Amino acid sequence: MSRSRRWPWFVLPLALLAALALLVTRGGLLSTLSRGVPPAEELTVERARLTPGHITLTIVNGGPDPVTVAQVMVDEAFWRFTMTPDRTVPRLGRATIDIPYPWIVGEPHQVKLVSASGITFDHEIAVATETPQADAASLLAFTLVGLYVGVLPVAIGLLWLPFLRRLERRWIHFALALTAGLLIFLVVDALHEALETAELVAGAFQGTGVVAIAVLGMWLTLQVVSGAKRSKGEEGREERLRLAFLIALGIGLHNLGEGLAIGAAYAQGAVTLGAFLIVGFMLHNTTEGLGIVAPIAQDQPRLGLLALAGLLAGGPTIVGAWLGGLAYSPLLGALCLGIGAGAILQVIGVLGRLVGRETGGALWTPLNALGVATGLVVMYGTGLLVAR
Amino acid sequence: MSKGKVSRREALRRGLWGAAGLASVGSVARAATLGIHTDPHTVMTGGLPQGAGIDPTAFLTAFDYGETSRRPDGQRVREYRLTATDRKIEVMPGLYYDAWTFNGQVPGPTLRATEGDLVRVHFTNAGLHEHSIHFHGFHAANMDGVFEQVPPGSSYVYEFEARPFGLQLYHCHTMPIKRHIAKGLYGAFIIDPKTPRPAAHEMVMVMNGFDVNYDVENEVYAVNTVPFAYQARPIVLRRGALNRIYLANLLEFDLINSIHIHGNFFHVYRTGTSLVPAEFTDTISMGQGERHILEFTYDRPGTFMFHAHQSEFAELGWMGLFEVRDEGVTA
Repeated sequence: MSRSRRWPWFVLPLALLAALALLVTRGGLLSTLSRGVPPAEELTVERARLTPGHITLTIVNGGPDPVTVAQVMVDEAFWRFTMTPDRTVPRLGRATIDIPYPWIVGEPHQVKLVSASGITFDHEIAVATETPQADAASLLAFTLVGLYVGVLPVAIGLLWLPFLRRLERRWIHFALALTAGLLIFLVVDALHEALETAELVAGAFQGTGVVAIAVLGMWLTLQVVSGAKRSKGEEGREERLRLAFLIALGIGLHNLGEGLAIGAAYAQGAVTLGAFLIVGFMLHNTTEGLGIVAPIAQDQPRLGLLALAGLLAGGPTIVGAWLGGLAYSPLLGALCLGIGAGAILQVIGVLGRLVGRETGGALWTPLNALGVATGLVVMYGTGLLVAR
Repeated sequence: MSKGKVSRREALRRGLWGAAGLASVGSVARAATLGIHTDPHTVMTGGLPQGAGIDPTAFLTAFDYGETSRRPDGQRVREYRLTATDRKIEVMPGLYYDAWTFNGQVPGPTLRATEGDLVRVHFTNAGLHEHSIHFHGFHAANMDGVFEQVPPGSSYVYEFEARPFGLQLYHCHTMPIKRHIAKGLYGAFIIDPKTPRPAAHEMVMVMNGFDVNYDVENEVYAVNTVPFAYQARPIVLRRGALNRIYLANLLEFDLINSIHIHGNFFHVYRTGTSLVPAEFTDTISMGQGERHILEFTYDRPGTFMFHAHQSEFAELGWMGLFEVRDEGVTA
């Protein structure tokens, strides 16, 4: 068959599909199927902003049909509210509800939206506290949070480089295996958090699907990128440096999600970033710095390159904290956590290949296995300090 | 962040607003130093709904005396017509509820007879479900509305002598009863004593509520169906004149309801079955199906609140206002 004849055969099923869709929607088939039962309505409160005397909700309609908000209750009392752009939220649409309400600092509040058909949607403000605004003061606060829990710990971890350089080769492999252990722990943790966050995403946006796309999309991207470079036949040294940067990037993307979660929790008053928590995050993330320098321990990387890798790994925490504190949504959270998980997953594979090649195929020496296990246990131990 | 916001929060922190101010940070506190607001909740809910099925103000004083005739022996006969229909009513602005109604309204019409009258109620079920009418009072077993269920499209005639005098009820008695009552099939039934009570400004108040999301809890509370109705349109009373409220509690799901009137006390005639008041109080609690007649007179002009003293019910709709005016003042 000639090339010119190809496309009609591609279009034919599509045309038939369109005709069928038209028949279903216009041909009265729907009225038979719907049986006159009202559709299930679904509204999700994506974000609650608290300013003095006001509660402002961002809501999303994740259901099959438009939903009209008729009344709003706060703490079991009907309350005045204004809604923009409209009382009726279209499918996949967003709206903002402003409620002038004398909320009380440090106490929980219950908000209930009542739709025109009487369906109610609950949202709990766990601890009422003023939501940070996008001003210099709060940007600085979030920057400091990112600095404390991301940038500085990673930078400190990088300082293990001189120590690693003085180690025997098998102990360097142990350090690399330990890095893999750290990363495996992070992947599991990130996936769990991503899927948990996905539960909060409005139904139609399919949070779980978003996580799958983010994880595999990132993994595939990095596979293609790192694979393309390797085919050019690099020196071992360059390859190890590349791996260090890949690890830094993976950790950085993970820290973006982590910063997002911390920023959001901080903004919503769900956590108090006490000294204990900050110190915990520092310990937890310092080990990430170790992971970056482990592959290049035998080399003499320039200080500038090291700093860059550190920034790549720690810096996104700051960006994440900004986003989380000022513009958090569960969808964004699930997406970022998924991307982080995908990136780390890819890095683990690369690490395994590197150690495998350097050890001439004898990857699973007792020492390497111990390294992976130690990495997992170290992350678990430091994770105890940041339980939130 | 604007300077104004900071200074206001600063003022709060220093306690300049006092306890009252702290309880109402925001628009209310911003409005005025003394915070005079006559109807905060009607502002909050957006006024009165257009499609409630009743006019709450008209319902207060609407009495259905039936079609009257005389039997050969001289007994007065009163014939009423009640039809059960399914109707979507707008309970609050924009909030719709699939109600079951008597004559298209919730509560059903207030039936009124005098003790000793022969009451004949022609009931037609035009709804989609089985219904019945159960009257409180003395009557034969087959007039009780429990065993004689009326299928959709059918009719039944209830006949009995109006006894005893007092404030009685009628409501559907089909299983599941809770749902049949909650959906709106109820009304007040006044039996006047043969010697009438003293002349007064009489009002019917049926305390009710709506479980709009069917979770077996009320989301909406009211007297006479429409939340905050008498806050949007206060009930006008004359200073010095006797007022009489026929108050019935037809709230489902919540075990108890109450009324409290401000700036005054009332005499309570429990179930309306005595002409001697049982109590002089300003707050009375009532279980499901309880009803009383309250009498009171305001000696001062002004606006006075009345509401359930379950504050939760009050803020979910069960509150209203009396506007006491001097004789001759109409506006």
